Order: sequence, then structure tokens, then C-alpha cells
Amino acid sequence: MTEILAHLSGVNRTYQKGKEKVEVLHNLDLDIPQGDFVAIMGPSGSGKTTLLNLLGGLDKPSAGSVRVGDAEISAMSNSQLSHWRSTNVGFIFQFYNLLPVLTAQRNVELPLLLTKFNAKERARRAAIALDIVGLSERAKHYPRELSGGQEQRVAIARAIVSDPSLLLCDEPTGDLDRETADEILKLLQLLNSEHGKTIVMVTHDAQAASYAKRTLHCDKGTLEVREAA
Amino acid sequence: MKYFRLVWKNAWRKKIRTSLTVLSVFVAFLLFALLSAIGQAFEGGADVADADRLVVIDKVSLINSLPMSYLDRIAAVDGVQSVTHSSWFGGYYQDPRNQFAQFPVDPSSFMAMYPEYKIPREQLDAWAKDRTGAIVGQELATQYGWKIGDQIPMQATIWTKADGGRTWEFKLDGIFSTDDPRGSAAMMLFQYDYFDEARAFGKGTAGWYILRVKPDADPIQVARTIDAQFANSPSETKTSTEAAFAQSFTKQFGNIALIVSLILGAVFFTLLLVSGNTMSQSVRERISELAVLKTLGFDDRTVLGIVLSESILIMMVGGMLGLGVGWIAVQGLAKELASFLPGLFLSPAAMMLAVAFMVGAGILAGIFPALKAMRLSIVDALARA
Ligand SMILES: Nc1ncnc2c1ncn2[C@@H]1O[C@H](COP(=O)(O)OP(=O)(O)OP(=O)(O)O)[C@@H](O)[C@H]1O
Ligand SMILES: [Mg+2]
Repeated sequence: MTEILAHLSGVNRTYQKGKEKVEVLHNLDLDIPQGDFVAIMGPSGSGKTTLLNLLGGLDKPSAGSVRVGDAEISAMSNSQLSHWRSTNVGFIFQFYNLLPVLTAQRNVELPLLLTKFNAKERARRAAIALDIVGLSERAKHYPRELSGGQEQRVAIARAIVSDPSLLLCDEPTGDLDRETADEILKLLQLLNSEHGKTIVMVTHDAQAASYAKRTLHCDKGTLEVREAA
Repeated sequence: MKYFRLVWKNAWRKKIRTSLTVLSVFVAFLLFALLSAIGQAFEGGADVADADRLVVIDKVSLINSLPMSYLDRIAAVDGVQSVTHSSWFGGYYQDPRNQFAQFPVDPSSFMAMYPEYKIPREQLDAWAKDRTGAIVGQELATQYGWKIGDQIPMQATIWTKADGGRTWEFKLDGIFSTDDPRGSAAMMLFQYDYFDEARAFGKGTAGWYILRVKPDADPIQVARTIDAQFANSPSETKTSTEAAFAQSFTKQFGNIALIVSLILGAVFFTLLLVSGNTMSQSVRERISELAVLKTLGFDDRTVLGIVLSESILIMMVGGMLGLGVGWIAVQGLAKELASFLPGLFLSPAAMMLAVAFMVGAGILAGIFPALKAMRLSIVDALARA
């Protein structure tokens, strides 16, 4: 049995909507082993993004425990979480979320600004990350000069540049055509198999989910995560 | 410093908007430089005033002269170290528009009273021996292209000569300057003896007396003693500090300092509105980018710092340009207006104040957008994107 990277037990997440309480996640238990590649599927509003936010320390559970590596998310302060995120998780979004004012290279370097590396070392590491995603020759390009697939590659380079063990992807191919999506998914697969990244990927697309090692279904209403058959 | 690129690039995300903001900052600080130099010129007399120098004028009006006999009587007062005198000549050079101050004085005692005026020893000696000699400040010599040995004819507006002539010829014996950057030497000095002998009326009088108080004496007490001494005489006196004397001169122009402050206040208020608006728009436009930075692990303080730095940077860029151009303009104007408005000077204190204003205005304009960015909830911001 491999080591468990993320462990959720009895997790509740409720939102206050006016006077009404909306319970998005209810008594959720989940283990994600090191080196796993999990796809999460489910209807809109079922709490997939909420679950990713909890795993990535962007949000805290209303009740229960979220543990990633040695970190107990629910027990950490906001600034502790900031610091923890910068070294332990990489985020990949549907709309890439690159900074338009910076080149690809500088976008990738962003997370390294928070480290002690000097400018030269930051540039070196960013170049390696760009090389991994196959975009070295676009380093000096601005996001508006890149295609959607290229932008997503830059975003992936940014997510891996500080070498986190966990990658969280929220519909990473949701905005891409089939072919480009497949390339991105292959890249994620490569990061999982060759670079040992543990990946949790939310997707609406069954074909995208097939790239993962396993698929979890987040069911509307029941707020339950069950293993796919 | 490693955030500089990020801050700089963000600041210029909307080039036209940022340029316009920088332009308004530029104009504000250009105005600041010019107005504070003008304010300095008006107030400067008081600033450079020597606290140990007192000025004795006629109690009724500065225009009335005082008898020359007062010189020895003032010198005899307890606490007076030295005394000299000066008068208003009020002439012009060639054209009535060429106005500058001219004073008939006693060379050695006058120059001893004003050690801030620097002149080569031999020039001072030559002047002291030359009855119709004169010396001028460096600014004037430069402006009119005068060289030592030149004959300078001055047209009198008040003092006709005993022979009925209105032209006073002086030979330039020396050029002096002041070592106080706030002071001005835009004046002409010539020999009182020659002036008094040649003038048609008013002989045996001086415009005012200047005296230096002994280091251990109380200037207020000395002033009182002098004024008491001449009480109930035909020429009663009013003795005041040099600063008060300079101020009574500038009061004729109204409260310059207040006017300058009011204008600058209005300018800076507008500036804050303009740049505050720029900053809040800039933050509103990139809520999701700021959320991404926070996602990547930039903590609240760093995000606050990045937005504030951006605001301060815009102020510094426009402000430094404005201050720089203002400084150059003041240098130029000071030369042009040397005799009309002497002492035009952008002081180091004013420049420091300007830089403090840049930082302060940057913080004020940026603080609310920065706080908004800092308090941003990542989850909400990303959900909205
Ligand atoms: N900050 C919030 N305040 C209130 N309710 C929220 C908040 N964030 C999410 N919700 C609610 O929680 C539920 C789950 O949201 P979540 O974003 O996790 O869904 P999702 O599965 O990611 O949906 P989608 O597939 O559309 O992205 C939704 O009903 C949503 O309205
Ligand atoms: Mg979602």
C-alpha cells in the first residue's frame, strides 16, 4: 500500500446563503495516495470545486479534517496556508489565469518570487518547467500571443515550477478542442507517471477522465464521493 | 525589489490611462516646484535673516530718512557690537524696466555687517578707495554683462544731483556673491560719501541703520533701548529684527505663503482623486489575477505591498519628472528674474517635502484599492472569474 498524500475525514462544508445554510459537502471521507491520478466528475453545483479548494488550502472545512502531507489544513492560519500552498500545491484552472502583463517565462517564474532563489536560479528553473511542457521556444511570448493550449501549458509549467507533490486541476481542458485537450491530458499523464505528481482533476468530460487512474463521482444532492466501478 | 517588474508591468497595463495619470502627477509636482520656489523668494528674506542683526527705521515710515548723527548714538548703546547704514537709491539702468536694488553704503562697515556677501579682498580694497566706485552682485553682472572696470550710468528716480543731473556714473570695482543658496546678491552697492556729497537734498541722512547685537546681549532689550533713546525726537525710530524687516517688505504682496498653500492644496486634492480612481479601476480589472497571485501563495501583506507600490511608483515617476523639470525651470527663471524676484530657489527642504508628498499621495491613492486586494477571498474571486 502506497503512502496516503491527502486524507479527508468527516469533512463538511456549508455556505451561508442569506439565512439559509447550504451544505455542499456532507461528512466526506476520502484518501488520495501518493502518485494517484484521480478524476472527479459530477453535475454542476455538486461541490467539485469546493473539494479542490479544500485540498489546495484555498478554503477550510466547516467541520472535519483535511490533511495533505503533514499539513492539517483546518488548523492553519491564512498566512500559513499561503506559504504552504506556494511549495506544496500547483493549481491549473479552466481559463489558464496567466497574468497578461508578463511573458510566459515570467508567469512561470511567479511562484519562485516567493522563494529565496536569485534571479538567475529562478530563470533556470522556469526554463526547465517550460521545457517539460514543451514550450521553451515561446518563453518570451505574452499570453495574448499564445493559443489556448499553449496558455494551458504555461499554466501547467507555472504549477510545477516550485515542484509541488500535488496538482489540482479544475476542468483543465474545459476550454479546449478535443485534440488540444488530449495533448494537455497526455502531459498531465506524463507528469503523473514520469515526475511522480499526484493529480486531482475535475472534469465534465468522460474521455478526459479516462486518462486518470480512477474516477470519483460527486453526486448532486447526496454529496457523496463514490468510487467508480 | 524582485517584485519590481511585476509592479512596473502592472502599472503600465493600460498605457494611456497610466500616462494620463502620470501626466497629472507631473503637472502637480511641476507646479509644486515653481510655487515653492516663488514662495521661497518671497519668504526667503526672512529665512536668511540673521537673528543677531537689527534694523532701525523711522517709526512713521520706511521712506523717511534718519539723521546721520544717529550712527554714533546707536553705536554707543549697550549691547551693540557694530553698526552701519544703508539707503534706498531707486534708480534704473538704461531702461526703467531694468529694476534692481541699489544702496549707497559705507564699504567696510557694510561688508563687515554682511559676512555672507563674498568678495575678493583686493576688489573690496579697490572699491573702498574709489569714491565713485561700485560693486554688484554676481547675478547682475551676469545679466548685464558687466566686467570690472566698466562704467555704469544709473538713472536716478529720486535723487537728483546738486548740479541738476539725473545720471550717476559708477565704475565697477568688484563683483560679490552670496554663499547662502537661498539668499540673493542681485544688488548694486556704491559709496555713501560720494552719494551724500553729490545729491541735491537730504544731505546728512541715511535710510536705515543695521546693527549687530553682541553675542551675550538680548536683542529685544537692545531694540527697546535704542527706540527709547530717540523717543520724542523729530525722528523717532522703530527697531526690529531683520526677519521682521524683511517680512514687512513682503507683506506688500499679500500673504504669498497662504496663496501658495491654497493652490497646492487644490492641486493635490485633484491629484488624489485622479490617481485614486486609476488605482481602484486597475484593481477592479484584475480581481482574478490578484486571486491567482494569492492562490500561488502570495500572502496578504505581499499583495497589499504590490498594489501600494504600484500606486507609489506612478507618483514617483510623474513626481520625479515634475520635480526635475521644475528644478531646471527654476534655475532658468532664477537667472531671468534675478533682479526682479531675487532668491528664486528650490530648496533641498522643498524637494524632500515633494518626495514625501509623492510617497504620501501614493499611499493615500492606493490604500483602499490595496486593502480591497488584500482582503479578497480567493474562492469567491475565482468562482466569479
Ligand atoms: N462562496 C460561496 N458562497 C455560497 N455558496 C457557494 C459558494 N461557493 C460555492 N457555493 C455553492 O456550493 C455549491 C457547489 O459549488 P462548486 O463550485 O463546488 O460546484 P462545482 O461542482 O464545482 O460546479 P461546476 O461544475 O459548475 O463548477 C453550489 O451550489 C454553489 O452555489
Ligand atoms: Mg467548479
